[in-house]
Amino acid sequence: MTEAMIAFYVFVLACFVGYMVVWGVTPSLHTPLISLTNAISGIIIVGAILVAGFPSDEMESIGSTEIMGFVAITLASINIFGGFVVTQRMLAMFQKKKKTGETA
Amino acid sequence: MTSQISLLYLLSGALFILGLKGLTAPASARRGNYFAMAGMALAVLATLMNSEVTSYGFIAAGIALGGGIGTLIALKIKMTAMPQLVAILHSFVGLAAVLVALGTYANRAALGTLNTTLMWELFAGILIGAITFTGSLVAFGKLQAILSPRAISFPGRHVLNGALFLCMIAFGVDFVAHESILSLAMMTLLALTLGAMLVMAIGGADMPVVVSMLNSYSGWAAAATGFTLHNHLLIITGAIVGFSGAILSYIMSRAMNRSIVNVIFGGFGAQSADDAMEGIVGDKTVKAAAIDDAVFMMENASNVIVVPGYGMAVAQAQLALSGLLEALADKDVNLHFAIHPVAGRMPGHMNVLLAEADVPYENVIEMDEINPRFSGTDVVLVVGANDVTNPAAKSDESSPIFGMPILEVDRAKQIFVIKRSMKPGYSGVDNHLYYSENCSMIFGDAKEVCEGLVSKLKAA
Repeated sequence: MTEAMIAFYVFVLACFVGYMVVWGVTPSLHTPLISLTNAISGIIIVGAILVAGFPSDEMESIGSTEIMGFVAITLASINIFGGFVVTQRMLAMFQKKKKTGETA
Repeated sequence: MTSQISLLYLLSGALFILGLKGLTAPASARRGNYFAMAGMALAVLATLMNSEVTSYGFIAAGIALGGGIGTLIALKIKMTAMPQLVAILHSFVGLAAVLVALGTYANRAALGTLNTTLMWELFAGILIGAITFTGSLVAFGKLQAILSPRAISFPGRHVLNGALFLCMIAFGVDFVAHESILSLAMMTLLALTLGAMLVMAIGGADMPVVVSMLNSYSGWAAAATGFTLHNHLLIITGAIVGFSGAILSYIMSRAMNRSIVNVIFGGFGAQSADDAMEGIVGDKTVKAAAIDDAVFMMENASNVIVVPGYGMAVAQAQLALSGLLEALADKDVNLHFAIHPVAGRMPGHMNVLLAEADVPYENVIEMDEINPRFSGTDVVLVVGANDVTNPAAKSDESSPIFGMPILEVDRAKQIFVIKRSMKPGYSGVDNHLYYSENCSMIFGDAKEVCEGLVSKLKAA
């Protein structure tokens, strides 16, 4: 099996996992779901790090790829930190309600 | 790649899945968020262990800068502005995907390790990333009211988009076949244009679908990048995010009784509201009521349901409604909130706004669960919602919204609708509810009316 084929296997199986997991999410948490997937899609930072940290001595286009990688890392980090923090803020609101909720 | 790194990536992917699984219930949700954070930290650490990563300066600077900006925005953002935040974050993922693809191309070209499969994968990565980027920017502009929220539609739009798409594919094929930088640039430009065109044509009121759809795209962009880098973690994560957004788009479209294709290509919001309005408003009359009438009915009720819509958020009435819950609880009246899936501007938006205003989530109930309860409800208060309460969706086959699932408020004993004027909702359809025997209108600003209700209830 070629490497591309293995990647495709992983992709298809991950789609099934996503399908199963996301249908289980309660509708009241759909906004946190979006912000959390927002944070998680910051995983693109892995690609950005590989671009920015690439051994840069022997090529002419050094500067430009490092800059591209840097910008991509910055954008992905905004996503990661922004996504997780805002999700945390929202979930704290839902949490807090639990205690006062029973009496209402 | 060493097997340690691969194993760390696997662990990271598992943590992401557990993180999303946590959102099954509010009680486990925070733990889920921590799982996902741990997964992300592991993924970054594992990547830094990669022998291909040799310089760390730019990486550290990028993380520090982005982390600072992201945290600051996340702490400051108002909950009413969540849709905008989400849209702009989607655009960042799209742009990052484009940059990573271009950077990977430059690096591999310098090493001379380009091959056809990789070129196709890069093509796909840039295409999806670019469409996500500009599409999300336009969505952000509409949500932030920088751009007109109306659907911009013109004759021949589909033909033009089709032509753009074909040109883009042609340049892509040329890029793969001849490694032409010019074709790469042209293809990227066309993909950017196409992304903007597609979202431009979708009306502001379809935003719950657009936000979900772009959420999905950002996932596919990450997955495509995973293919170019042969990185299974990116593929797994991208696929899960992609499916998450796709499922939400499906749920939202279904709640409007439309197909996703119809939302994306239909330009529904462009339909002139005036046409649909004409002829219906004429002869029927509505009953107006004063705040005192509603107070009287509510304090003598045993069950009250509030139906909030985006108008509640615009008027910032959620705190007053939270006060209403307290005031009624003191009089042993049960108050619940009924949520239609497309209420607000993104999935679950109303739930977050009510949670922020200290409404316990047990009192906030989804459409399918609350619909059977309306017939046993004494008073329904509609705050800033319109189309989702229109009984014409059930009874009038000629209505444009016929077949759309609604909150069946017309079955309640008495309905009060807080509204500024008799303007119809975004669909431009007149609401039959307003003319029914058991419905009265309270004209005014949602926040002021709700505050009035609370103070009079407390005094009564």
